[in-house]
Formats: sequence, C-alpha cells, structure tokens
Amino acid sequence: MTDTATQTRSVIVEREIAYPPEKIWRALTQPHLIAEWLMKNDFKPAVDHRFTLHGDWGSVDCRVLEVEPGRTLSYTWDAMGLESVVTWTLTPTATGTHLRMEQAGFRADQEQAYQGAKYGWRQFFGKLEQVLATPD
Amino acid sequence: MPEPHDLLFKTLADPTRRAIFERLCREGQQTVGALTARAGVSQPAVSKHLGVLKQAGLVSDRHEGRLTHYSAQRAALAPLIDWTSQMAGFWESRFDDLEDLLKRMDQ
Repeated sequence: MTDTATQTRSVIVEREIAYPPEKIWRALTQPHLIAEWLMKNDFKPAVDHRFTLHGDWGSVDCRVLEVEPGRTLSYTWDAMGLESVVTWTLTPTATGTHLRMEQAGFRADQEQAYQGAKYGWRQFFGKLEQVLATPD
Repeated sequence: MPEPHDLLFKTLADPTRRAIFERLCREGQQTVGALTARAGVSQPAVSKHLGVLKQAGLVSDRHEGRLTHYSAQRAALAPLIDWTSQMAGFWESRFDDLEDLLKRMDQ
C-alpha cells in the first residue's frame, strides 16, 4: 500500500435504456425533470455554472465541467466534505441508449469525512436507520 | 450479480427480524427463549428469523449444553457503511426513478 491518501475510488452504474439519447439528455439537463428523479436544483447546461441539489437530508454543491449535448455531461459533486466528479455518458444503441454514470475522485483520506457524514446519508437507507445509529 | 447489500436489505426488511437483530446489537448475546419472551411471536418464528439472520452473516450462534446463544455480527453491516456500496445503491435507485420518468415523458 503506497500513498493511500491520494488513491481514488469510483462508483460506476450502467444501464441499457429503451429510449434515445436525446430524450435521456432532456431528463439529465432540464431542472424540472432532474427534480423528478434526482433532487430539486438550479441546473443549467453551461460550463462553469454553479448549482445546488437539494435533498431532504441536505444539499450537494455542484459545478458544470463538461457539456456535450446528447453525449456527455459532467459536474463536480461536493457533499458533506466529499468532493467527487459525476460524469454521464450516453451511447446510442440499436434499441435505445447505453447510459453510464461514473462518480469518481473520492480520495481515501476523505473517507473520514464521509464516515463523519454518514448519518446524513442514512436517509437513503431508511430501513437500517436505527441499526446504524445504535452506538457500538 | 446481487450486491452483498441486497441480501442485507432483504434480511433486515422484515420488522420482527430487524427488531431481533437490534436487540442483539444493543443487549449482547441471548438465547432463543429470552428473545421470544419479548419478540411478540412464537419461539419457532423467532428461531426461523435467527436462521435467516445467520445465513446473512448478521448473527452467530454458540451452543452451550441444551441452550444456543445468539450474538450480533456488526461487521456484516460493513458493505452498507462503505461509501462505494452506499453510493452505488443511491445511484441504482436514481436510475430507477429516471427510467420511471422517461416512461412518463412525452416523446
């Protein structure tokens, strides 16, 4: 194990979706549509635009990094001491779109901040709320 | 391939089972009899729940004469505390909501 503090980890979620990239792009970039599947927001598809995602449990500060309509969308994702970059990639397929989300750039030394913040995240895991909150 | 947290969620989704696990976490090891006294369900039902919890790695058992003592294995919750698993679960459910939205959207 060398230099673990600067190692990064990422989360990748991919799915085949039976709709064309143009339609998915709208859901990824129009604020009222983003609110339907992610969180309330003041998103604009413009590089360097700063926006905030508001959830019941807190908020996420973001900045648009890359916009390539119908193909790639990337923004920073800064929540509870964890800085990362979320990148959406849309690839047309015969039956629709291959949609890929990568959240990258968490450093191992941010893990501590994350652990401190995990009680904010537990709302996504309501069923385990009480168990995780039980002191060791 | 199911993620480790799928099994954990499934196992802990049942309120009676979750209550048994939480009691073992809070109060330390106990016998089926002691757990049954406060579980509000029959002893065979408690035994069945303990079997499911054991399969998921959430409890371990130790035999002592005719008694079996059960204890919570908190380390089994690690996949839920690890952020990569948590974020993957978060994004999987966001993808589900996104797909639902796409179905409802105009072309």
